[in-house]
Amino acid sequence: MSTVDLTKAAAIVGIHEHVTRYAPDKSELQIQGESVIKAVEDAGLTKDDVDGLLTAGNIRNSGLNLADYLNMYPKMVDNTTVGGGSFEFHLSHALNAIAAGRINCAVITYSSLARSGGISVGTGGVARFGHPRLDPSPDSFEELYGLTTVGLYAMIAQRHMHLYGTTSEQLAEVAVAMRKHASMNPEALFRDPITVQDVVNSRIISTPLHLPDCCVITDGGGAVVVASAEMARNCRHDPVWVLGAGEAVAHQGAGKRDLQFIAAKQSHEPAFAMAGVTQDDIDMAMIYDSFTITVLETLEDLGFCKKGEGGDFVSGGRLQVGGELPINTDGGGLSSNHPGMRGIFLLLEATRQLRGQFEGTPRQVPDCQVALCHGTGGALGSRHSGGTVILGKD
Amino acid sequence: MPEWKKPLPTISGETKPFWDACRQGNLLIQRCGSCQEYQFYPRGICANCWCEDIQWVTASGRGTVWTFTETRQNRTPGFEEEIPYVLALVELEEGVKMFTNIIECDPKEVKIGMAVEVTFVQANQQVSIPYFKPAA
Repeated sequence: MSTVDLTKAAAIVGIHEHVTRYAPDKSELQIQGESVIKAVEDAGLTKDDVDGLLTAGNIRNSGLNLADYLNMYPKMVDNTTVGGGSFEFHLSHALNAIAAGRINCAVITYSSLARSGGISVGTGGVARFGHPRLDPSPDSFEELYGLTTVGLYAMIAQRHMHLYGTTSEQLAEVAVAMRKHASMNPEALFRDPITVQDVVNSRIISTPLHLPDCCVITDGGGAVVVASAEMARNCRHDPVWVLGAGEAVAHQGAGKRDLQFIAAKQSHEPAFAMAGVTQDDIDMAMIYDSFTITVLETLEDLGFCKKGEGGDFVSGGRLQVGGELPINTDGGGLSSNHPGMRGIFLLLEATRQLRGQFEGTPRQVPDCQVALCHGTGGALGSRHSGGTVILGKD
Repeated sequence: MPEWKKPLPTISGETKPFWDACRQGNLLIQRCGSCQEYQFYPRGICANCWCEDIQWVTASGRGTVWTFTETRQNRTPGFEEEIPYVLALVELEEGVKMFTNIIECDPKEVKIGMAVEVTFVQANQQVSIPYFKPAA
């Protein structure tokens, strides 16, 4: 297989986070539209520069409706929707299209009104999808048994504890670190510090996961502008280069897969190989934190520690700014925001860190040169996607 | 028979033999006539070697709990009333895993590795659903 060198073929040049956590007066398209406009402005570009449009969600805010709303005629539209990590896939696809010369500049965007819509993302059961009727498969072999999103992650946490002796206190360390970071983010939903004891003494949603082991539910959205190397050199900010990308899915494997190993196991190797870096080179990481167990499993399967050692790895402040591997410096899905599919916010915060936007404040990861984002979508216990991207400065 | 509030399966051509057997108290899985691999959930093709030589076989109905969770919150009608209930993945003796609930058992007694056996609950005239309970 001949390969094209994709490293530094494209860069993130513009970002915008719609900071709302509750927006009952807005439509999803409006949040996407406002985000796109501000991200393009952040890049120092104009509407006419953008020729690719990528988004995830439902038919209402898909690329077709969104292009109409924005009155755009993009040359590339990508609605890849593989759950929360869709936006890491989008960046990978935008990189391909730019490197192939088919487009010069793409915008990736997302919005959701999960909170104002009263959507029980985690515990709604099958009703969360509004299915009047189960599909013959796999629904009809799964939803009969009362699956919830929380439950599908809790099952993996339960087995992790069984195999490796991982404790609720170790999972709680992840929630505590995210809350500490949220306390430094004025936009975060929950900002009051919590302790390990607070977490383990709280209500259980699905054993062994407690309420603070689960992400928050908010409204929100954002946009990311990706440009060719040539265009990126002339944008307002220094380019945040896409160094590497990898995509994967994991599923039951016709009943045979060991789902203790998640999609990150498959997606990280091509990303690191393309970037030409190792785990030791990563200065900070944005790790999809739908649940505390998601972070633990992801760090293991990305190769930051050995399988089974995640409990020790996440303890002792390692994940906090100042620690060995700061993650989710915005407070993550556990404390800052989670409108249903959080992957775009990973790209936004990694870009802010690489730009040095928080220089002089405790939120800034010192000398941040290389960042990793890993988005997980779907559910660890049934089927999910994993998208790894590695970003870096000049 | 009381009304079944929980979701019911939708039965298609490729899954009908499974649901027909459930009504008779048999748990069917599939085996490929070519590569000999077992698979679950049922489908019209072999997911391993991509041939169409799929055969139905009766599983022993015995297995072990691969993992589980005691669900304390679910807003779906039928389940909301049964909280707490145990959602589990059971690994059958034949080597495939399936979602189920562990019933006829205190949720606190469920452990990973616990031996379980299939049992059927009639939801309505057409559908019986396989569950698992502690092995005798």
